Amino acid sequence: MRELICISCPRGCHLKVDEKTLEVTGNSCPRGKIYGISEVTNPVRVVTSTVKIIGGESPRVSVKTDKPIAKGKIFDAMKLLNDVELKSPVNIGDVVLANILDTDVNIVVTKKM
Amino acid sequence: MIEHELVIIGGGPAGLSAAYGAYENGVRDILIIERDARLGGILNQCIHNGFGLHKFKEELTGPEYAQRYIDLVNQTNVKIKSDTMVLDLSKDKVLHCISAKDGYETIKAKAIILAMGCRERTRGAITIPGDRCAGIFTAGAAQKYCNIDGYLVGKKVVILGSGDIGLIMARRMVLEGATVAADVELCPYSNGLNRNVVQCLNDFDIPLYLSHTVTDIVADENDGRVQKVIISEVDENKKPIPGTEREIECDTLLLSVGLIPENELSQNAEIEIDPRTKGPIVYDNLETSVEGIFACGNVLQVHDLVDFVSMEAERAGKNVSEYLKNGEVNSTLIKVENKEQVGYTVPQYIRKDSTDEDAVQISFRVRSPMKNKRIVVEANGSELASFPRLNLAPAEMENIKISRDKLKDVDVIDISIKEMQK
Repeated sequence: MRELICISCPRGCHLKVDEKTLEVTGNSCPRGKIYGISEVTNPVRVVTSTVKIIGGESPRVSVKTDKPIAKGKIFDAMKLLNDVELKSPVNIGDVVLANILDTDVNIVVTKKM
Repeated sequence: MIEHELVIIGGGPAGLSAAYGAYENGVRDILIIERDARLGGILNQCIHNGFGLHKFKEELTGPEYAQRYIDLVNQTNVKIKSDTMVLDLSKDKVLHCISAKDGYETIKAKAIILAMGCRERTRGAITIPGDRCAGIFTAGAAQKYCNIDGYLVGKKVVILGSGDIGLIMARRMVLEGATVAADVELCPYSNGLNRNVVQCLNDFDIPLYLSHTVTDIVADENDGRVQKVIISEVDENKKPIPGTEREIECDTLLLSVGLIPENELSQNAEIEIDPRTKGPIVYDNLETSVEGIFACGNVLQVHDLVDFVSMEAERAGKNVSEYLKNGEVNSTLIKVENKEQVGYTVPQYIRKDSTDEDAVQISFRVRSPMKNKRIVVEANGSELASFPRLNLAPAEMENIKISRDKLKDVDVIDISIKEMQK
C-alpha cells in the first residue's frame, strides 16, 4: 500500500494505492484514481520551461510538454530546449519540438508573443 | 478631466475578470489601467501549470490562463491603458495617472475597482540577521529573472519559507541546473499547497526543514555574495533553539515568506484597511468603506488559486453594475466576527437589505492545519449553518455561502471551527 498526495488539483487528496490490485481510495474525483494508478506504475509530469525568442518583448517565451512525460525523462527534455531559438510572432499551442525522445509528446508555446 | 463610468486599477487576473464581469452585466464604459506593457500581471511569470481547473476545467499554465481572459476582454469595448502608473486616488474617485505616451492625466470615475494585487515580503519585513550581501532575492523576483529575462540567479540555493512561489522556484531552479540544498520553514507545516510540496520538493529530493529558520547569513569576503546561511530549529514559540545551528553552503537565498496586499492607493483614498488581511474592509458586495470603490483579488485578500481570484473579481464586476444602476444600498449591518481558529473573514460586514446576491459568500483562512472539523456559523449562540471539512489548512482559503434568509434577525455572526457532531 502506498500513501500519496494527489497533485491533479490544488485540493491535494490523500490517496492510498494498493500496488498489487491498483485499487485507489481517498480520492474525491476520477482524476485522483488515474493519478494514483499512474504514480505507482509509471509516474509522469508535465514539464514547463522557457526557450529563447528573437524579436519578442522579452528574451524568453514560455513552453510546456503538451502531455505529461515519464519522470525519468524530465532532464532529457530540458536539455532539448537549450538549442531552441524562436522568432516572434508565436502563438499559444505552436509546436516547438515534435515527438520529443520518441514519446509522442510535443513541446508547445504557452505565451503569445 | 477624462471621465469614465468604471475604472479598474490593475490589468492582472483580478482586473481582467472584474472588467469581464462588469461588461457581461451591462457596463459599457470601462477603462483598465495597467502599469506594465502587457496585461496578465503575475501570471506572465508563472509559467508552471495547474491554473484553471475550477474555472475552465483544464490545466493551464499562467500565461495561457491570462490569455483566456485577455481574449474575453478583447471581444468587448473595454479600453486598456497600459504602461500607465496610477500615482494617486482620492475618495471622490479621481485618479492621477502618468505614462510616457500621454503624460500626466486626471481621470474621474463613477465607480472604481481596486485590483492592484499584492507584493512579496522582503528580508526587511522579517528582519533576518547577518551580512547584507548580494545573492538574496524574493522568490518572485528570481522567478521574473528566470522566466521573463532568462537569468538564473544562483547555482546553489537555500529557500526560506514554503509558500507556493518558493516551492515552484525550488523546482524551477533545479530544472535549470541549480541545486537546492534545503527549504527551511518556520512553521511546523508547509505554507504552500500539498501538491507543490510533492511535485516541487519530493520529486527532486529537496529536503524540507519544518520548524526551522535562517538565523544568520554569511557573505564571502572576496565577492560580497552569500557564502553560507546558518539555520536553527525553532521552539513552539518560533524562537531559535540554541545549540541546533547548522551551516548550509550556498550562493543564493530565496525568500518565500508571505505576500502583502498593495494598498497605498487605497489608503490615499482614505479606505479603511483591515489589519488582519492588510486589505480593504468590505461589505458582502465587495464595496469598500468609500462609496463606489470596490476591491477584489489579492489586493483584498491573498488568494492561493487564481481561479478564485477570477470568481471574486467577476462578482465585483457584477456588483459594480448594480451600484451604477441603483446607487448605494442603505442598510443596517451585520458584523462578521472571526472566532476560534479563524484568522479573518472577507467580507467583514454584510448589508442586511442588499439584494445583490441570494447568498452571502464568506472567505477566510484557518490558523493551523486540522482534520475532520466543521466550519460553524453562529448568531446569539445558535447555529445558523455548518460545513464539514476533512482537511483544513492555513495554505488553503475556505469559502462558504450562507443564504440571506438565515441572516434576517441577526446583527453579528461568528465564524469558527468546531468538532464534528457525534
